[in-house]
Amino acid sequence: MNVNAPRRAQLFATCLIETLRPEAGMAVVRVLEKLGVTVEYPQGQTCCGQPAFNGGAWDDARAMAKHTLNVLSKSDAPIIVPSGSCADMLVHHYPELLASDPKFGALAESIAARTYEFTQFLVDVLGVTELDAHLTERVTYHPSCHLLRGLRIIEPPRKLLENLQGGEIVELPHAEECCGFGGLFAIKMADISSAMLERKLDAIESTRAETVVGCDVSCLLHIGGGLHRRGTNIGTKHLAEILDQKS
Amino acid sequence: MHTPNVTFHERVDKALRDQILHTALDRATGRFQTMRLSALASLEDADAVRDRARLIRAHTLSRLDAYLEQFATNVEKAGGHVHFAADASALNEIVNEIARKHDVKTVVKGKSMISEEAELNRALESNDIRVVETDLGEYIIQLAGETPSHIVGPAIHKTKEQIGELLHEKISIPYTDDPAQMTAAARAKLRREFLEADMGISGVNFGIAETGTICLVENEGNGRLTTTAPRVHVALMGIERIVPNLDDLSVMLQVLARSATGQKITVYTNLITGPRRNGEGDGPDELHIILLDNGRSRVLGTEVAEILYCIRCGACLNACPVYREIGGHAYGSVYTGPVGAVLTPALGGIAAWNDLPQASSLCGACREVCPVRIDIPRMLLVERDQATRAGKMAWWLRLGLHLYSFTVTRPALFHAATTFSRWGSRLAAAPTNGWIKRLPPPLIGWTRSRDFPAFAKKSFREQFEASHKK
Repeated sequence: MNVNAPRRAQLFATCLIETLRPEAGMAVVRVLEKLGVTVEYPQGQTCCGQPAFNGGAWDDARAMAKHTLNVLSKSDAPIIVPSGSCADMLVHHYPELLASDPKFGALAESIAARTYEFTQFLVDVLGVTELDAHLTERVTYHPSCHLLRGLRIIEPPRKLLENLQGGEIVELPHAEECCGFGGLFAIKMADISSAMLERKLDAIESTRAETVVGCDVSCLLHIGGGLHRRGTNIGTKHLAEILDQKS
Repeated sequence: MHTPNVTFHERVDKALRDQILHTALDRATGRFQTMRLSALASLEDADAVRDRARLIRAHTLSRLDAYLEQFATNVEKAGGHVHFAADASALNEIVNEIARKHDVKTVVKGKSMISEEAELNRALESNDIRVVETDLGEYIIQLAGETPSHIVGPAIHKTKEQIGELLHEKISIPYTDDPAQMTAAARAKLRREFLEADMGISGVNFGIAETGTICLVENEGNGRLTTTAPRVHVALMGIERIVPNLDDLSVMLQVLARSATGQKITVYTNLITGPRRNGEGDGPDELHIILLDNGRSRVLGTEVAEILYCIRCGACLNACPVYREIGGHAYGSVYTGPVGAVLTPALGGIAAWNDLPQASSLCGACREVCPVRIDIPRMLLVERDQATRAGKMAWWLRLGLHLYSFTVTRPALFHAATTFSRWGSRLAAAPTNGWIKRLPPPLIGWTRSRDFPAFAKKSFREQFEASHKK
């Protein structure tokens, strides 16, 4: 572990963890605290605004971005986002959206510079690749698109997973292909999205994994919803939930 | 650009049901992708070459007016003629005029996206000129009466079995699905056409400003015959397809074929400077190069100008998970896939083409494979914003996002709304084990193929605060 690693961090939990998957957020908190990082929860946090940004309602997205920037600027601690997609929004799209804003443009840049996706923070900032946790099941890893191609975080989640004791990791065929979620895309273009999902589900079932692991609750929600509709017993877990498993 | 008379959703619907289309697309795009990867691996420091290629495109477009002038001057110095066409109908008029002057009865054509964009075949045929496509893919879709569905492989939507039946029916050869036999049959038919045609029409991959040369890459030799056998050669290019000099061309060629077909270089790389000179054995009497604008100059300098960097390799189509599901025809434009979803609204107007930028999960696979690193997802987003400004967002979505933004920026309201949704969703999901089987409209699309979980009993904030009481 890096000697100069920050000892505290702010958690931007994301709206989906807030409402649908709080256990993933609690796992993030426990993993960080076990590593000696004090976790701050900035009050007033809601949603990063990505649905409006991707949906083409940029004025609405700007309002949400400004709100989130205000919430996160009250502390100078680094910001941890347990979602590749929302982290990508903060890191890349806030500065673009607010580039010409005299007040928020610079703030967006400074927040972007200290925002990290969860596994990126563990591996690249804290220098931790081995955690005292047990993998108890057969898992397959789905690298979500914005984590992979937006933030280019490729190795950290895999390293963390591979260094666990026990269990079994099966490589997902065509792992890097999109699951078809895409936010509002899944609703506006539901049929295309579903066709993409079917391929992903076939690939997952072919691994005979018990659990699909990822770093984005959004994609896991999509995949999990599809797996449940198919009537399979395959579950989904955020990587933090795996890293939090007691030995 | 003509807008189709069936809606995007109807076209998508049709494509999603077409099993043969999926077989064809899976076969071809899968092979293209594998070959692209191995071809790029054969290039030393492919990433640096791609960076260089991008810089060349950016530089050229930043002073396109000067390079176009230099190109035109040098084409004329070499004995060629240059025409500028402001739009598709101007281009068609110029070609028809040249045809009239030379009393042209039959035209052989090499592959040209500009010709598709301008719907040139129809314009020529309405003047009783016979048009014969000589690129095998184009030949197939001409026989089938269709439009291309892929920038590089126009007939990619057809299986070899379908093509076998088509050739059997249209050119009366015994049915075969052996590509070599089908190619040989088409070749025999086409050979005569080259010798008898009065005019050859080709596309242009790059125009070289410094020398007035046009570069045309192809694999079948039909491009070479089209540009050399008939007495008149007409070459069609978009105004953006310029490179400053031959060194720059060599950089572009290193990435073009690798990205397109997974070849290190195409079988034929034609460099044409002017018409046949005195003492030369072959080549046309006249060379006409037509530069088409058709909205391109309006795109320069805008937020989506980068789409003009495109060198039409088609790699983004092969990598696109949406293209693989719906094929090219669903896009309704000759430019399909991710690049088409950006370029078509950019050239034809967002109001008429607002569905195309929505047809993406923004997964970024296109940006990853683009040889000149065009940030296609970024431009899809810009066009979505433009579509909203043009009043093209569905009212329920617009209202929904407004309300969402209003709520999200007021934390107390946000917590009230999520609490309300929590109880609502838990109630709705109670009889079905915590999963909602059917969401109400307009969210119903989700539950057509996916269940939706009920909200958690206690929110993250509540759980965090309970465990961190001071």
